[in-house]
Amino acid sequence: MRKPLSLVARTVCDLFAWFLIIFGVYVIIHGDVTPGGGFQGGAIVGSFMALLLVAHGGDRVLEWVKASIYWIMLFVGLMMFIGFGLRGIPEGAFFYNFLAVPHDVAKTMAHGLIPFSGTIGVMDIAVGIEVAGGLTVIILSMFRGIVLHDFADSRKETGHDG
Amino acid sequence: MANLPFVVVGLLFLMGLIAIIAENNLFKIAIGVGVMESAANMFLVVLGYRLKGDIPVKFLPGPVDVYVLPTPQALTLTAIVIALATSALMLSLIVMLYRHYGTLDVREIRRLRG
Amino acid sequence: MKLKALFIAATLVLGGILLSGLDAVHPFGVPGDVAMDEYFLDHAMEERSSENVVTSIVFDYRGFDTLGESAVLFTALCSVVMLFRKGRK
Repeated sequence: MRKPLSLVARTVCDLFAWFLIIFGVYVIIHGDVTPGGGFQGGAIVGSFMALLLVAHGGDRVLEWVKASIYWIMLFVGLMMFIGFGLRGIPEGAFFYNFLAVPHDVAKTMAHGLIPFSGTIGVMDIAVGIEVAGGLTVIILSMFRGIVLHDFADSRKETGHDG
Repeated sequence: MANLPFVVVGLLFLMGLIAIIAENNLFKIAIGVGVMESAANMFLVVLGYRLKGDIPVKFLPGPVDVYVLPTPQALTLTAIVIALATSALMLSLIVMLYRHYGTLDVREIRRLRG
Repeated sequence: MKLKALFIAATLVLGGILLSGLDAVHPFGVPGDVAMDEYFLDHAMEERSSENVVTSIVFDYRGFDTLGESAVLFTALCSVVMLFRKGRK
């Protein structure tokens, strides 16, 4: 659990781990055009930290990783989600879509920074950031809490078959 | 038997329930709970199917006339995230139990009582 | 040992009774009430101009359930982090 794996596994992990982030961000951003969305893309980005922990061993990764970045990602995502929900109260109701443009008008306009589907695309990104940060915090805290405790004797266990 | 997909999902749920009752190791009980949650999510998806339907995304599969119902798929997304949260908490509690009692057997823990 | 076998037998009997009642659900492939889903499929493109109907249901028509689910995820995360702190013995 603490020693790194062989040279082949470490090289493949170095080449391959960054494509996970690119694919995850692609699934998050194209949430209103293709199947996918916020939760699915956030889970794909959260598996980046798991791959690093398995391939490079626990000691080397836990030296340079800081958990405060992922706590900030979690809070920013949640505050953006609730903020856009409360912003729709003067227009009508809670979670009202005040940025959407109907399809007849959208056929004549050019594309801008905010997509035509309004708060659907923006809340996609907020939930994606929140789920990615949250899953990474869970994996890091469980790994740090289990590995640093020495389990002495595992031969006294009962309950296995045979 | 008319509704074969419903019966298969029901059998999967029953197998998860028997795994919770009959096993002695704590990890196998946690696996049984996971199988039950997956069976419930599959039942939601099977409920909203229409024969010869396509995915409910416009302009992606080409010209189509019959769509699958989209509401059960939206409810299943929420249920999958909740299943993830409960299984993470269950595994953490199993680690805490092992540190306190020193064993993973349910019969020993019931005998020791603290 | 006798008690566990009795529990498993009772579960199998109850499971058999419930499985035979699955014929009362609608026949596979022909759902009954589709009025709400027909409204979603017809009007999600006109009103919101988003092509993915499932995402527009999760984030716009039923956004309150997504708020509850984020709360559940956050609560589970805080419980797991609290259990594994270093000062405990």
